[in-house]
Amino acid sequence: MELMPEFDLHRPTAVEEAVKLCNETDGALYVAGGTDMIVNVRRGIEQPTALIDLSAVEELQQITEDADGLHIGAAVTLETVSNDVRVQKDFTAVAEAAAAVAGPTHQSYGTVGGNLCLDTRCLFYNQSEWWRKSNDYCLKKNGTICHVAPGGKRCFAAFSGDVAPAALIHNAEVDLVGPNGRRRVPLTDIYRNDGMNHLAIEPGELLAVLHLPKSEAGQPSTYEKARVRGSIDFPLAGAAVWIKQSSGKIDELRIALTAVNPYPHLIKGLEKFTGAVLDDAVLDEIAEIVQSQAKPMKTTTVKPWYRRRVVGSIARRLTKRLSEAS
Amino acid sequence: MKNFISMTLNGRSRDDAVPGNMLLVDFLRETVGMTGTKIGCDGGECGCCTVLIDGKPRHACLTLAASCDGTEVETIESLETGGRLSAIQRGFHEKLGAQCGFCTPGMVMAAEGLLRENANPNEDEIRQGMAANICRCTGYVKIIESVQAAAEEIASKEDAA
Ligand SMILES: Cc1cc2nc3c(=O)[nH]c(=O)nc-3n(C[C@H](O)[C@H](O)[C@H](O)COP(=O)(O)OP(=O)(O)OC[C@H]3O[C@@H](n4cnc5c(N)ncnc54)[C@H](O)[C@@H]3O)c2cc1C
Ligand code: SF4
Ligand code: FES
Ligand code: FES
Repeated sequence: MELMPEFDLHRPTAVEEAVKLCNETDGALYVAGGTDMIVNVRRGIEQPTALIDLSAVEELQQITEDADGLHIGAAVTLETVSNDVRVQKDFTAVAEAAAAVAGPTHQSYGTVGGNLCLDTRCLFYNQSEWWRKSNDYCLKKNGTICHVAPGGKRCFAAFSGDVAPAALIHNAEVDLVGPNGRRRVPLTDIYRNDGMNHLAIEPGELLAVLHLPKSEAGQPSTYEKARVRGSIDFPLAGAAVWIKQSSGKIDELRIALTAVNPYPHLIKGLEKFTGAVLDDAVLDEIAEIVQSQAKPMKTTTVKPWYRRRVVGSIARRLTKRLSEAS
Repeated sequence: MKNFISMTLNGRSRDDAVPGNMLLVDFLRETVGMTGTKIGCDGGECGCCTVLIDGKPRHACLTLAASCDGTEVETIESLETGGRLSAIQRGFHEKLGAQCGFCTPGMVMAAEGLLRENANPNEDEIRQGMAANICRCTGYVKIIESVQAAAEEIASKEDAA
């Protein structure tokens, strides 16, 4: 085991105080549950001078509800989200995704905000300092080449959070708080297709709230992932599906993916199915579209072709199941 | 920078000055000298270090000691009373839920957390509730039997009371 690097720990009790501390301290980073951050610190992947612990910020621990929708504080635990009956009923995929993260112990203190802001993952990156050093590091941290695609200058580390795709299909929004105040943006806008820099939020900006809009509530939605061990692992591929139908025909279909690209994203081109009847041919076509937008690389021990195929199969299966149930 | 913390550890309150970067597992093992909590991996994978914080299972290897200010921490050392093992510990002993024993403190604490929430779990619920704890020896069957035996013992005591 490596020694813990030196850093200070701050425990602010208000959002503004947390943001101020993080922005005024060079090299400071946020930590919520710490189920990813502390692992990365122990492996030398993150080298903060200070950690700003969000676990004492009351405002971030609350779920509130109003006419606009459900508002989940960033430091609410995954266990609380998956057990919340409002989330289960109106945003089913989000509850299912929270219950699919890691194992139950991680869910009891890992948070929604930490899950949405999770770093991207790669076989050559999520390793100890000595492992990465003896392998000449890589582009994402300290190195000059990518071991997955050695010719290029891009990083393909995969975003592997479970909650993001489930929130994306419900058109979720988030509040970001920075030194210049608070802004509310669509969740999809905080991600970009770059494994090295996948979060389009300013350094020092804090994700404060996940908004699940009422207008999207109650439509059937679901999430499923493929993983090596059923008990504990990160997704190899995951898909969330949302469907609205009338008289046996699709009004709107939304599918979002995780773990197959450097960012979680909605599938494009599903509008063409408006008015379609979900027969086998249409389901096959949906699976094909999903697969064509999944571009997994060799960032896990499992082969990319499997992850591509399985994500298409998951999307197909979930779409079929939802349409039959609704 | 040191952080000043007050916590209740196994029922006794204490005040400490801890470095901001100190892990709870190192605090327990090195500072306090309670070595029951084990370190089995380099972070979050195995569950050996499971303790209860405010009654909920948590990895001591991913928790900073300074963030435990104001909390109640329970470790494997808290379970016996007057030299007598708790029902769960007895379950593991009698049903052979421990082989090499390295995962056992974490397993027992995870089971403790589980039984406090669900006093009568079925096999699926035990598997699900303890899924974050890995054992390389037992194949889990004996662990499940241990937890079932403990749940039965606790229930029969409550019936008798
Ligand atoms: C063995 C193991 C298995 C795992 N399996 C899964 C899995 O299957 N699926 C999955 O999704 N995750 C998995 N994880 C990762 C992790 O447990 C979860 O993603 C968890 O939700 C992270 O939340 P946290 O509060 O612990 O985040 P932290 O570790 O505290 O933070 C994670 C990142 O988010 C940032 N951050 C946290 N909160 C905020 C905020 N409010 N604003 C801005 N930035 C913030 C931190 O700076 C850090 O970069 C696993 C971890 C382990 C150790
Ligand atoms: S995809 Fe390449 S650059 Fe990115 S983490 Fe993996 S090896 Fe490093
Ligand atoms: S030591 Fe392995 S999970 Fe903590
Ligand atoms: S008894 Fe040996 S690891 Fe579980």
